[in-house]
Amino acid sequence: MAEPASVAAESLAGSRARAARTVLGQVVLPGEELLLPEQEDAEGPGGAVERPLSLNARACSRVRVVCGPGLRRCGDRLLVTKCGRLRHKEPGSGSGGGVYWVDSQQKRYVPVKGDHVIGIVTAKSGDIFKVDVGGSEPASLSYLSFEGATKRNRPNVGDLIYGQFVVANKDMEPEMVCIDSCGRANGMGVIGQDGLLFKVTLGLIRKLLAPDCEIIQEVGKLYPLEIVFGMNGRIWVKAKTIQQTLILANILEACEHMTSDQRKQIFSRLAES
Amino acid sequence: MKETPLSNCERRFLLRAIEEKKRLDGRQTYDYRNIRISFGTDYGCCIVELGKTRVLGQVSCELVSPKLNRATEGILFFNLELSQMAAPAFEPGRQSDLLVKLNRLMERCLRNSKCIDTESLCVVAGEKVWQIRVDLHLLNHDGNIIDAASIAAIVALCHFRRPDVSVQGDEVTLYTPEERDPVPLSIHHMPICVSFAFFQQGTYLLVDPNEREERVMDGLLVIAMNKHREICTIQSSGGIMLLKDQVLRCSKIAGVKVAEITELILKALENDQKVRKEGGKFGFAESIANQRITAFKMEKAPIDTSDVEEKAEEIIAEAEPPSEVVSTPVLWTPGTAQIGEGVENSWGDLEDSEKEDDEGGGDQAIILDGIKMDTGVEVSDIGSQELGFHHVGQTGLEFLTSDSEEEEMIILEPDKNPKKIRTQTTSAKQEKAPSKKPVKRRKKKRAAN
Repeated sequence: MAEPASVAAESLAGSRARAARTVLGQVVLPGEELLLPEQEDAEGPGGAVERPLSLNARACSRVRVVCGPGLRRCGDRLLVTKCGRLRHKEPGSGSGGGVYWVDSQQKRYVPVKGDHVIGIVTAKSGDIFKVDVGGSEPASLSYLSFEGATKRNRPNVGDLIYGQFVVANKDMEPEMVCIDSCGRANGMGVIGQDGLLFKVTLGLIRKLLAPDCEIIQEVGKLYPLEIVFGMNGRIWVKAKTIQQTLILANILEACEHMTSDQRKQIFSRLAES
Repeated sequence: MKETPLSNCERRFLLRAIEEKKRLDGRQTYDYRNIRISFGTDYGCCIVELGKTRVLGQVSCELVSPKLNRATEGILFFNLELSQMAAPAFEPGRQSDLLVKLNRLMERCLRNSKCIDTESLCVVAGEKVWQIRVDLHLLNHDGNIIDAASIAAIVALCHFRRPDVSVQGDEVTLYTPEERDPVPLSIHHMPICVSFAFFQQGTYLLVDPNEREERVMDGLLVIAMNKHREICTIQSSGGIMLLKDQVLRCSKIAGVKVAEITELILKALENDQKVRKEGGKFGFAESIANQRITAFKMEKAPIDTSDVEEKAEEIIAEAEPPSEVVSTPVLWTPGTAQIGEGVENSWGDLEDSEKEDDEGGGDQAIILDGIKMDTGVEVSDIGSQELGFHHVGQTGLEFLTSDSEEEEMIILEPDKNPKKIRTQTTSAKQEKAPSKKPVKRRKKKRAAN
């Protein structure tokens, strides 16, 4: 049974499916199939080894592996859908095979449930707002999904909103809210009037939002500022003067293309002046 | 796709920044972005990058019958296309207004100015003439398409070579490039468009607007000029009222900019010519850096404050200390005496000098307590003021130091923009002026006591 299955898999993929473990950190291309650790034992020898208890053994040794962005489940294997580097994270505690994902660079955002994003209100219709989040469709935001929502304190067309998605899949229009599950705003809602909004790549946002990000700590030492990161690639920045705001915007945009040494240089120069 | 809407806070920020004469990328009001011209392997193919805006230009030729009423002239055909990769808002059938406007402007700029000698394109009068076709494709939209497109068109035309033709009696021989070298077109002059964006009903003006600046602008003035300062086309759109002297000023600025751009174009053409003659490698592949795969690079660091500190130290070291203070105590009433700055208020001098600055505009050197300031040194300005006041006396220092601490001046490019700094300095001084008044009042209270 294993032999015909592996032959079919090879003909589909056009090349032998590789073990995910061996490809970690390397560039993978869309269309490649990856084998998870317990499967490669079965497929490796081509099924020549006798496995009297193969079905049961597989069932026991199956661990729950999480399929992250850029990967999709295809039968028993992982199918790569984006080009980039394959990454793996070990599970912190308990059982489970960890998370596999593909690190790729992208500027165009696709709504994902649970993401916190910055949106621009484009229209009011019925009792919902239409909010542009940079995806293919505008998200809908109900009038009542703000903390302390009243008729008076509604956002206007053109305002900036920080909220999270509750519905986001490829078949439906995304929906977002500005309260969390307890009903509290938790930092979400209408973003203030001044400040500058600019766009960066999604990879930079993830880097800046990582815990203990050096860039954010160094920027925080420069001057007092307010900053909001949206997972859709939008950053809102506000500092005391327009010049400071412009400097911050330029630094954050440039951080993408600088090595950490160059960055430290620039920050030290700024801190001196 | 629909265009991303401009939020209120962006619009407000941009307008406020323009009022303070600051642009998002740190340019001055009359500065162009970096222009980069690269050529392809074929003659007549070039890519022009104006900042991030990219236009590809390609020139081709064909032998056709001439128009009936112009039997001895060649035919010119211009076409500008907004590719869908330029911006998400460009869709195949959607951007018709902008497209028509740009095409019309290109035609007026290049055809009506007669920059190409169409008579030289005639082969056999009434039967065969050259039809020159210029195709421009916008590859990336980051504002100011028209300038980039006009530069691409004229560079492509200057770079193009058409096959050589010889006419002997009735016989017309068209030589292939292998038989005889192709011949360049005969171009009289190089018209280049310069765009001016106006804000707040014509109060503020920016050259070479960015894409975001274009979104908040009130109107646009395009002047097409050549290096001999001849205006080929002027177009004003957006419905703003422009004064006569504004238009004249814009034309002067355009003259300067066109001269610089023409020089750049000629240098690029010369470089390409040299490389081809020497047998070196040419083409688009050579002009792309192959160590990096990032398409967009930041060409320079946005902030360059490296030499401010040294300059500041220099100035402070060279500065004369302010005059010595009269230290004799002045007795006002029994039990109240004043030690310090002396009876007379020496800050009166400062106020006068400040007023002169405000009235005189930005071109005067700022003189403070006999110390001459260099243009690039705002930070030291405040620093020396602080020092000066320390020497002068102990009165009211708390006000001053706390004020100047809040006044953190950050200079974007100290060496390159003296104008910017002067406005900031005057604003700093204006903000300092109110701080002196409470101090004076304190003194008067003491006098009353």
